Amino acid sequence: MQLGQAAEFPAGSLYNAGHYLAILVAGSYTDKGWFDVVPASKPANLSFLARPSRLSIGLHNGISGTLYIFDVYHNLILKPTPVSFKLSIPSAAVQQHTVTSNQGEATTEMDSGTKEGFAKFEAQVDGISSTRVVEQVPGSPCGLKMTATPAGDKIQLQTNPVRDCSGNAVPDGTIVTFTENYNGTQSTADVPLKHGVAQVELPAHPGATLTVASGVALGNEIHWQR
Amino acid sequence: MTIKSMLVLFSIAAMPGTVFAAQPVVHVKPANLHGPRPLQDETATAVVRDYLESWQSLTAAMRQNRAALLDRDFIGTAKDKLADTIHQQAALGIHTRYQDRSHNIQIIFYSPDGLSIQLVDNVEYDEGVVDQQKVLTTQHTHTRYTVVMTPAETRWRVRIFQAQSE
Repeated sequence: MQLGQAAEFPAGSLYNAGHYLAILVAGSYTDKGWFDVVPASKPANLSFLARPSRLSIGLHNGISGTLYIFDVYHNLILKPTPVSFKLSIPSAAVQQHTVTSNQGEATTEMDSGTKEGFAKFEAQVDGISSTRVVEQVPGSPCGLKMTATPAGDKIQLQTNPVRDCSGNAVPDGTIVTFTENYNGTQSTADVPLKHGVAQVELPAHPGATLTVASGVALGNEIHWQR
Repeated sequence: MTIKSMLVLFSIAAMPGTVFAAQPVVHVKPANLHGPRPLQDETATAVVRDYLESWQSLTAAMRQNRAALLDRDFIGTAKDKLADTIHQQAALGIHTRYQDRSHNIQIIFYSPDGLSIQLVDNVEYDEGVVDQQKVLTTQHTHTRYTVVMTPAETRWRVRIFQAQSE
């Protein structure tokens, strides 16, 4: 610097927001001054965290989104800024929440929908957006029902196609438990769903009671009399 | 006449010992959360503890011009920006000494997923700028920090650390 000349920092040369101390040193003489560099007002970068990435359908406030808003130099924009959160899945209604950021952060909670599939969870601020994908999977089995047919000296048990309470097919691999109670003894068989149904053969005992369950869902009961 | 100019990012405070041994006065206001997730006392205590310890790391790093000292307590943008400042200090041949006098901390946000906590801290601190062995200036300052911390393996680390005038 030369004496008598103004000290200037060109635009863009100071890009970290903060409280700055400038010191002038001339031989044994020093002087100082303070100034603030503040974030740019226009958002340029979003840090969007959506959780969880996979959840059951029909959960109230099951999905959360947290957004931090930054300018082009990754300074947190502290001024209140409107943020639009949108959760959409094909063939289902779109959920939308608009909130105002507080100290650079905005958050929301969404209900998971009633249709299984991959939902787009989007946060949008001032023309820029960030999207995450949330997989919505069927909920617990609902209205579990089985039928029983004789098969020689055994009973063939088979469920109807297993669905959740919204009618979505429960995924293959979900365990279904068949139980037979007869004369004070109990036999159980854990069977994974295959092609949407579970089936098993149990010994045929006249007077046996047969039940079916999956998770917390209890199905129908059959009293075998043959 | 040529004048040497210096610019120092004004932040930090809290000395781990050595020259500035005094402990800062710490006041923690009750959390004022606007998010839905409640904050357990144990979590709040851990966050404040780790945040105050991060000042010690920062102070040591700024004093010794060793960015590696930030590693335990800082991550992401906060770490990158502070490391840049340290490298700039080193290039200018200066270092800074900080002594935090008081912290006035309030937690304002705990994300629903539990993966970030935001707090504000009105800090009073002394700052000394040292060129070689010569103290160029010392200053007592009030500054407001906006801080975002995220959990790591064993502690909360500072991810955003941004100052503005109080």
